[in-house]
Amino acid sequence: MSRPTHGAGHSARTYPPRPQAVYFYATCLVDLFVPEAGMDAITLLEREGIRVIFPDNQTCCGQPAFTSGFPAEAREVVAAQLDLFPEDYPIVVPSGSCAGMIRWHWEKVIGDDAGLAARAAAISARTFELAEFLVHVLDFKRPDQGEPTTVALHTSCSARREMGTLLVGRELLSRLGNVSLAIHDHESECCGFGGSFSLKHPDISTAMVTDKVASLKATGARQMVTADCGCMLNITKRAALEDQNAGRAAPSLPGEHLATFLLRRTGGKQS
Amino acid sequence: MSAPNASADTGKPIAFVSAKQLRERMHDAVNDPHLRSSFRGAMDFLMAKRAAQFPDADELDSLRSLSEGIRQYSLTRLPDLLEQLEANLTRNGVKVHWAETPEEANAIMLGIAQRHQARLIVKGKSMVSEEIEFNHAMEAAGVGALESDMGEYIVQLAGEKPSHIIMPAIHQTKQQIAKLFAEHIPGVSYTDNVDALIQIGRRVLREKFEIADIGLSGVNFAVAETGTLCLVENEGNGRMCTTVPKVHIAITGIEKVVEKLEHVAPLFSILTRSATGQAVSTYFNMISGPRKANEKDGPEEVHLVLLDNGRSQAYADEQLRKTLQCIRCGACMNHCPVYTRIGGHAYGTTYPGPIGKIVSPHMMGLEQTHLLPTASTLCGACGEVCPVKIPIPELLIRLRGEAQSEPHANPAMVGQGAGYSGLTTFVWRMWARVYSRPGSYRAFSWLASRFRALAPKNQAGWTAARTPLTPAPRRLRDMVRDRR
Repeated sequence: MSRPTHGAGHSARTYPPRPQAVYFYATCLVDLFVPEAGMDAITLLEREGIRVIFPDNQTCCGQPAFTSGFPAEAREVVAAQLDLFPEDYPIVVPSGSCAGMIRWHWEKVIGDDAGLAARAAAISARTFELAEFLVHVLDFKRPDQGEPTTVALHTSCSARREMGTLLVGRELLSRLGNVSLAIHDHESECCGFGGSFSLKHPDISTAMVTDKVASLKATGARQMVTADCGCMLNITKRAALEDQNAGRAAPSLPGEHLATFLLRRTGGKQS
Repeated sequence: MSAPNASADTGKPIAFVSAKQLRERMHDAVNDPHLRSSFRGAMDFLMAKRAAQFPDADELDSLRSLSEGIRQYSLTRLPDLLEQLEANLTRNGVKVHWAETPEEANAIMLGIAQRHQARLIVKGKSMVSEEIEFNHAMEAAGVGALESDMGEYIVQLAGEKPSHIIMPAIHQTKQQIAKLFAEHIPGVSYTDNVDALIQIGRRVLREKFEIADIGLSGVNFAVAETGTLCLVENEGNGRMCTTVPKVHIAITGIEKVVEKLEHVAPLFSILTRSATGQAVSTYFNMISGPRKANEKDGPEEVHLVLLDNGRSQAYADEQLRKTLQCIRCGACMNHCPVYTRIGGHAYGTTYPGPIGKIVSPHMMGLEQTHLLPTASTLCGACGEVCPVKIPIPELLIRLRGEAQSEPHANPAMVGQGAGYSGLTTFVWRMWARVYSRPGSYRAFSWLASRFRALAPKNQAGWTAARTPLTPAPRRLRDMVRDRR
């Protein structure tokens, strides 16, 4: 199994038939900072008749330590996640970069312990990013109940390059009859979050997120939709500061997790 | 536009650049609107040119796989191939020299220059010559070294260093170049007509090719089986440098060797398309020795200098070895959102951009370069376009680890631990303790959520550009539990 090397938007993989139940691996960012997105994703899955299991002992995929150059610390945290998924159900992750971490890096992070590494590999093989799961496993199709609107989609770099989810994100939006998608300038470019990068190199990170916000706004879209909470916080909190500095009360670039947007548009949630 | 680091150090040997100075350079660069817009425009142009060369994603992927395979095959056999290269070059009449350090390489070449009582060396484009600060070493010994690649010539006139490995003067506007020419070239008045500027440069350089004692060039591929040095270029200056002067010196890193000619074709094809978006370069030179008795032109003497300068260190480690697959196309920097915003000078290294971040630590040590691997979001754009599939993000993560881990015996790299911080390490250890124990994590996240009002309003780098991050009043696990 090799990582996709070009980001045309898809990675070839075999998807399972519709399961009875899934594990929901929320990720630490969703748990603590954007819980509504997690809750909406759970509701979305349940509405499709899927039993959603939330392993209460889940913490974090280990990505922050792994990408910061602390592999031993990442390993310690990853090892503590391997007992969370005893049944052979798919694991759904509402965040592209965490899904990418599990799918492509867990086995390596575990390293020499063959037993643990095999378990990590087995988990990786049944880990899916939410949007790809909705399209390829559930064939999510529900009538759009919202007013006509235009949105911009930001696909995180990990989702695009490691999980190949650019096209599934677009596909889900295209299935909503009243939603049109505005493609923003430099659409494939990183928003500048990069975890610790945003703290270590604030100047460059600021330049990147400022450009991203500007190109998203320039589409004239009413809002931004993304399936990655790191990018979402980065982009919306940047836009919020711009609003604050300009004395605007209403957000100029509201952002929503794709799960929230889908649920709202298909009548599962009040605006 | 002034170069972001147009301080006293441009044009001089790369002095020790501390992490603090590096930060200042990056800060200045990213806040220079002129630099920002010129790099954005240039990189957009190059990205579009490359994309137009690869309309078929599957064809691109198979060519990348083939190129990766050729480079890995060559590196696996590197020691043997280098010996074979030396034997065949020697048989062809080329004198081969080995240099471990920049100082050794410069001493070898200065020796050749002095033996010929050379006064002027005319140079084709060579990043390895930049790496060893060749011009400076020659000038210090009273030997002139003149760049003949138009971009390099401009950079040399300006007393700067290249800001891009393929387009060294990409940071200069035509107005700046016009000003430089008017100031530095006798009898030239200001014109910002690009064709006129090219003609001026061409005229100046023509004379120099005639009078130069030695021509210097780089090498794109060295073919072991035939003893052939391949040189890719667009301006014809490379051919002039390697054929007109009596002596030709080629210099290259030890990793540039391939086994046979048939390995060159795919690499050449993917190199020009990835670099400048050209189907093929204007010139492709194959140099296999000095002038033979029955030949009318060509140099009487040809030398090849093979430089290590840290490459053996990368070679010794299976993962780090992938760094040496590089064919120096520059596509990684063209597609890098960080490079696009700070330009090449801010890095403080000969090789900027993503490849610079992974290769420079071997050349300069982590002491000087440990901040570079952190200046990336790991977005993966570089790895995605790399024609030889170097897993650049993976190597950046590895280098972060090498830099930040506690200094230990027998490290894989010079300067291992240079970025070590006891406090940072302690924080990550605590993080791992909390996040690997569900009970601790629940307690920690409960506290964070419960006391969210205490979340600091000033969150260092984050709040410099954004509103603060505040934990939600109820965690997802609380919501899930309450629903049951």
